[in-house]
Amino acid sequence: MRKLKTLIMATAAASTFATVALAERGSDGNLNVAYWQAVSILNPYLSGGTKDIEASSLILDPLANYRPDGSMEPALATEIPTIENGGVSEDLTSITWKLRDDVVWSDGTPFTAADVVFSANYCLDPEGGCNAASNFADVESVEALDDHTVKINFSVAKPFPYGPFVGATAPVIQEAQFKECMGAKAPECTEANFGPIGTGPFVVDEFRANDVVTYKANENYRDPAQPAFATVTLKGGGDSAATTRSVLETGEFDYAWNVQVEPEVLDQMMAAGKGEIISAFGTSVERLMVQLTNPDPSLGDKRATVEGGPHPFLSDINVRKALSMAIDRDILVEVGYGPNGQVTCNVLPAPEIYASTANDACKTQDVEGAKALLDEAGWLPGPDGVREKDGVRLSILYQTSTNSVRQGTQALIKQMWQEIGVETELRNIDAGVFFGGDQSSPDTFQKFFADIEMYTNNFDGTDPEAYMGNWVCSEIPSPKNQWIGNNMPRFCSEEYDALSAEMGQTASIEKRSALAKKMNDMLMQEYVIIPLIHRGRVSAASNTLGNVVLNPWDSELAFAEEWTRVE
Amino acid sequence: MLNYTLRRLLFAIPTLLVISFIIFVILDLAPGDPTGQLPLTIPAEVRAKIRESLGVGEPIHIAYFKWVRGFFVYEPLYWLDQIGITIGDPSERARIISYATRGPVFDLILERIPQTLWVVGLSYVFGILIALPIGVISAYKQYSWFDQLGTFISMVGFSVPTFFTGLLMIVIFSVQLGWFPSVYDTTLDVNSWDTFILQVKQMVMPVAVLALYNASQISRFMRASMLDNLTQDYVRTARAKGMSEKVVVLTHVLRNSLIPVVTVIALGVPTIFSGAIITEQIFRVNGLGQLLIIGIQGSDFPLVQTLTFIFAILIVLFNLIADVIYGILDPRIRYD
Repeated sequence: MRKLKTLIMATAAASTFATVALAERGSDGNLNVAYWQAVSILNPYLSGGTKDIEASSLILDPLANYRPDGSMEPALATEIPTIENGGVSEDLTSITWKLRDDVVWSDGTPFTAADVVFSANYCLDPEGGCNAASNFADVESVEALDDHTVKINFSVAKPFPYGPFVGATAPVIQEAQFKECMGAKAPECTEANFGPIGTGPFVVDEFRANDVVTYKANENYRDPAQPAFATVTLKGGGDSAATTRSVLETGEFDYAWNVQVEPEVLDQMMAAGKGEIISAFGTSVERLMVQLTNPDPSLGDKRATVEGGPHPFLSDINVRKALSMAIDRDILVEVGYGPNGQVTCNVLPAPEIYASTANDACKTQDVEGAKALLDEAGWLPGPDGVREKDGVRLSILYQTSTNSVRQGTQALIKQMWQEIGVETELRNIDAGVFFGGDQSSPDTFQKFFADIEMYTNNFDGTDPEAYMGNWVCSEIPSPKNQWIGNNMPRFCSEEYDALSAEMGQTASIEKRSALAKKMNDMLMQEYVIIPLIHRGRVSAASNTLGNVVLNPWDSELAFAEEWTRVE
Repeated sequence: MLNYTLRRLLFAIPTLLVISFIIFVILDLAPGDPTGQLPLTIPAEVRAKIRESLGVGEPIHIAYFKWVRGFFVYEPLYWLDQIGITIGDPSERARIISYATRGPVFDLILERIPQTLWVVGLSYVFGILIALPIGVISAYKQYSWFDQLGTFISMVGFSVPTFFTGLLMIVIFSVQLGWFPSVYDTTLDVNSWDTFILQVKQMVMPVAVLALYNASQISRFMRASMLDNLTQDYVRTARAKGMSEKVVVLTHVLRNSLIPVVTVIALGVPTIFSGAIITEQIFRVNGLGQLLIIGIQGSDFPLVQTLTFIFAILIVLFNLIADVIYGILDPRIRYD
């Protein structure tokens, strides 16, 4: 009897393996994907919107993609160039990619190094308005050594030379299709922008801008067994709750992108049992930026600049520390984020080798400690309970973008700060204005005419060098640089700048990780950035979908060719 | 009448130009940035380049001139070109380009019209067909149970927002019963009986939600207008002449009562084209309303400007049509 059971199980196992092995291109029918932001364009170089980049990642391939664990996997290249295999030069100023020689475009023409060179020139054209320009930062030239070898030369030493052509933001486009679309002409090529010819698993069947994209399997895809799905429908529009419902409750869709639904509503939807929530944590951190300069309107042009002088009370590190200690991050996660968030004490929470553990004390709220700290520093409660010192009241203007979760977080933090005797005025600004670069608006997050501001930031790929470089002195926004700059707290330290410069010269991954941790710890222990929540990517996948792993480092659809239908 | 219509049409031209300029100025003054929605990983220098390539920040008179030229000259020429009449050099024409899609705005709009007309237009037709009989009977049998019920339903339809009725229908008919799809498929090609059934199925819920709302409004107008007329002297005269109730109500009263109702219906037609923003969002019909809202959210000014202006044209046009119909229906009104 036992033997029989084993036999049956073995047969069952063998048959499942058999179905996997027999899976062939187009055998699994139609894949229904819902994005609550509709896709506007399928040329990722002309749109930085996540939805557009992900929709085009089904069609276009880069030289290498990031796997869900953060490692790089060659796509159109044969291997990842490193110093060890000679692909990256010893002086770190060039990288040489070897391309696969068996790849053809979906129209049947061969893919060559010329296409890679063209793609770089397309993005580097100063008149094109290329959204992936930062991927090509410091690229001096790109040359084809032969039909299947490409060398990228940088003007400076690049310890992490994987900006160009790694990840869905900077894929390879076909020279033959786009050669008339360089520079200022880029937006005029509507046909190419709406239906690029690619090397990826799918080709565009029909595209309705801001509505829906339908794809069919690429007959010329490099892996003859993939993709498993014959067609894909990517429907846009609605809101996050509606798209999630269409996967979890009605089962009309197989995959819903970017779930942003209140935790309790999500539980109800999950109860229908038609799908599950998948999440993965990349580098996004919801953080409070602390204004170190004086945002007083009476300063006129010097408002919120280093010239305007230090902030009346946030320049005191004890106040900044007390504000961080008073926050109960667990409650913020529970109320606003659910599976979307984790408590974090670092502005650089991932990848794992870069994550510091030196600041974990912030995970527990310490109201008494915060009060004692303020008492000690001479900030004593006034008649109305608000602490003051030398006539300066701890009264904070706290701004963020308009978004119901953010407003909920604001209200909770206001309450927590009230407990330690800090008064808070809340303000929210339309996201288009807050994150927009309108010079004439006083409400942008760069101008930061407030005491505290909250938003989320992250970095592309897995290398934090550019991201940690956000807080060097030269990045301070001011009227002199048209308020362009990422150092919102106006933090300036020679030591930090030196670390940042050192990282730009260091290739060893261990040393880079030590430097990044040190920079992170410096920012954390100065309390110029108060991290709150490590935000994950959350999506909903139907139970009938197999091989889906959420990828926080690249497009969520980067490996959709591996997805299958399971019963 | 013809003179009057022509005069009104001529007057409409300066009016519309002024409207277009006002829309342009408002949009220009509005805060917002087409690159504001991009991820923060894109640095500010790159954003500045993108804005430059889009032509954001041009002086307002130049931007306005370009748009007017695009709308009134290049677009008509392009469409003439499409039907085979070529005037001038087609490669010289800069059509109005959307910031977000980098595609011509008019192509986007044309792509949206079918589903908007089908869903919103049909709901308007159904709304009218339901509303007129309800209004007539409610007024004729004032305070009867039918009238009370009709009043109750129209109050509910009028005061319960469509985002609530829409969600309620999805929960009942899509989630619980599984009868209708909750997502509208705009790519569905109706070419057989089966696809026709699918099309009907996916239209049932959005059309029902909007038809309830439209019918509520119009039935109240119809009822009020009937009541006004039923107490008039000429009705008593007609009855005294020995006419049947059917003739009195359907010929004498209904015809006169329809005059203001037809005006209301005509004035409501432009709202069909502006779509039903909320209902389109809920059922993902992705028609003109959804296009407008996406344009506003993404600060896609060329798209918003063009769409709003087209709505303005329709409103001016249907105001004129309402006035003309009024003149035809009511012999007492003469414009000349």
